[in-house]
Amino acid sequence: MPDFEPKIVAFVCNWCTYAGADLTGTSRMKYSPQVSIIRFPCTGRIDFMLLLKAFASGADGIIVSGCHPNDCHYSSGNFHARRRWIIFRGLLDFLGIDVRRVQFSWYGRWGRSRATSACAAWA
Amino acid sequence: MARIGVFICHCGENISATVDVGKVAEAAARIPGVAHSVDYKYMCSDPGQQMVQNAIREKNLTGVVVAACSPRMHEPTFRRACAAAGLNPFLCEMANIREHCSWVHEKGDATTEKAIDIVRTLVAKVKKNKALQPIKVPVTKVAMVIGGGIAGIQASLDIANAGHRVILVEREPSIGGHMSQLSETFPTLDCSQCILTPRMVEVAQHANITLHTYSELESLEGFIGNFKARIRKKARSLDEKLCTGCGLCAQKCPTRRIASEFDAGLGLRPAIYVPFPQAVPNKPVIDREHCTYYLKGKCRLCEKVCPTQAIRFDQEDEIVEVDVGAVVLATGFDIKHSDFFPEYGYGKHKDVIDGLQFERLASASGPTLGEMRRPSDGKVPETVVFVACAGSRDPAKGIEYCSKICCMYTAKHAMLYKHKVHHGKPYVFYMDIRAGGKMYEEFVRRAMEEDGVQYVRGRVSRIFERNGKLVVKGADTLLGARPMEIEADMVVLATAGVAQAGAEELAQKLHVSYDAHKFYAEAHPKLRPVETNTAGIFLAGACQAPKDIPESVAQASGAAAKVAALFSQAELVREPLIAVVDRQAPPLYSSCVGCFLCQSACPYQAIEKEEIRGRDGQLLKTVAKVNPGLCQGCGTCVAFCRTKSIDIQGFSHEQVHAEVLALLNRGDRDA
Repeated sequence: MPDFEPKIVAFVCNWCTYAGADLTGTSRMKYSPQVSIIRFPCTGRIDFMLLLKAFASGADGIIVSGCHPNDCHYSSGNFHARRRWIIFRGLLDFLGIDVRRVQFSWYGRWGRSRATSACAAWA
Repeated sequence: MARIGVFICHCGENISATVDVGKVAEAAARIPGVAHSVDYKYMCSDPGQQMVQNAIREKNLTGVVVAACSPRMHEPTFRRACAAAGLNPFLCEMANIREHCSWVHEKGDATTEKAIDIVRTLVAKVKKNKALQPIKVPVTKVAMVIGGGIAGIQASLDIANAGHRVILVEREPSIGGHMSQLSETFPTLDCSQCILTPRMVEVAQHANITLHTYSELESLEGFIGNFKARIRKKARSLDEKLCTGCGLCAQKCPTRRIASEFDAGLGLRPAIYVPFPQAVPNKPVIDREHCTYYLKGKCRLCEKVCPTQAIRFDQEDEIVEVDVGAVVLATGFDIKHSDFFPEYGYGKHKDVIDGLQFERLASASGPTLGEMRRPSDGKVPETVVFVACAGSRDPAKGIEYCSKICCMYTAKHAMLYKHKVHHGKPYVFYMDIRAGGKMYEEFVRRAMEEDGVQYVRGRVSRIFERNGKLVVKGADTLLGARPMEIEADMVVLATAGVAQAGAEELAQKLHVSYDAHKFYAEAHPKLRPVETNTAGIFLAGACQAPKDIPESVAQASGAAAKVAALFSQAELVREPLIAVVDRQAPPLYSSCVGCFLCQSACPYQAIEKEEIRGRDGQLLKTVAKVNPGLCQGCGTCVAFCRTKSIDIQGFSHEQVHAEVLALLNRGDRDA
């Protein structure tokens, strides 16, 4: 499917990836318009049922991105998110959703270029 | 029924160049619940804000979506505008169609489509927004300044002179920082110590400043206006109250051959020492790693000679707890040392030194008492090569940035050398000369023209020893890249300025962000250069990026002004984006079942147990309750809650679900 354009939803932390995405804009880097961002105060806030909701509503891929380990603005939210993700992967397997459709990552405030290339690789 | 107003900004051409804003406005008007949709060239301008306010009044709007730049930029602007028109500010949301759309995608239908998606998402969210009241919290009018270099000193003095108490924490035994190590300063060539030490004394004597030297921050908790800091006062092995600073202990100490940190390794110091004569406070510390007593259990000579019996070998680290309202980070920078450079001998040649070592050689208080003698054999160097950009602007070394101060101090070094060794030959290898600043360019010109420093544009490829000389191989790129070889007696590397060791660890304790090079990140690169993203924590000096003295001082005064402004308020207004636990009428009282998973997840201990009792005092139910003063609004508890009883205002279940559905175009069903 060469012209398949996956719809990607990014669930991001306000303090790192959201700011990083702003910086991507300020530095005029490019990525696919198929990626849309939803802001959360912290990856720890992300109820992973939302990911299922997104898949059920037609999302092709999901990015969950928060601060680097130890850099969480709220000290430990990202670790909670990571634990949740480890458990959630089992559920995805059980549901028959390819785990590769979720990309879970840590990006610092300035690491958006990496995030951008990740999006590019996806799309 | 929701009546949402959508305001689409062109941002000049920043948005309208790639997004068809007219189309977005049309599409937005068709979203159920949208009562008003317009586009305008500059929404954040006065007439733009007026448009928003008029629409709120005329169309009786229940919510506002401004599709423009990032909420990090103008959310406060538009929330204020809404409040002025009588709409609760928390019923206003920003749709980020600039940073997240128009700037990162090419012009085209897909980009406009995405802008519409973003607007639809935020409209769906704002429909679920609730009117919130800001939380008022008291302010502790005490500032903590971390780092006692020139930036920390300036910030402390300014805050203290504004009438507020300051706690200054310094890691080393004395305040003064790198500036106290410098010989003379550019562009005026006045003596660094002469201008710095009076300020150090002022800090020590100021009634509003409490000084903690040889101390480090252990932890910081809380939030703007209400931090709790724990400071570890490392054991000096000395009763500071009894010590008079006479210096007998240091004179008699038998362990005398320790490389002095203050002299950048060129001088020696004893195991009990005061870093330099003008140290503040002028009280020694025992270096337990080198002291014979701590290593072998014998000696205690200092104890015997001390006339006031101030030595305390059994002293332990002390933890001091303080309440502070604001923090100024002024931890400064460090430089790369010559052992970082394989091509310059990995630090193996004693006469290849770094800039700070040269400062100590040139300083009247230095190991040579200001005489220009090279470290290896004490001879006066006849030919000295200064290498600028050693490490800086070199992606291969992982340091892409310009260290900013080296062009100037290299010119100064070459000048100082020439002033001390009149017949000497100074060469400077440089890439470009960046002398932006008042009197800076003139200063470099003076070095070239009046003091006869020979500038060679090119980089040094290798330094090696041959017949007792240091051979510097380079090329003069202004003469057709002609290879050059200079036989030098001493080489001074203007090594890159880097973040302090431990900068990352400290940032993690304070939850402030930092860049790839571990320099602390400001909240906005242009408009908020002294604030961090963490409210109540400010930046001063070279911990943010390499800076010279005037810039550090200016920023320190800026940070102090921010702190003074913060302390001028009796109470602070905080955004009410915090967690709340469900409460409802009897018989349920709350859907919370009292499992307290949220309590275990909360990083701020903000969740308390509340007992719901009947009229007769009988315990009906124990449920969770959020302390609004402590909650920071991370929402970790929300994702944990099994019964969805705890929710976070501003990012509630309803809001985020509506966003996801709207983004994927499924939202109309529950509109």
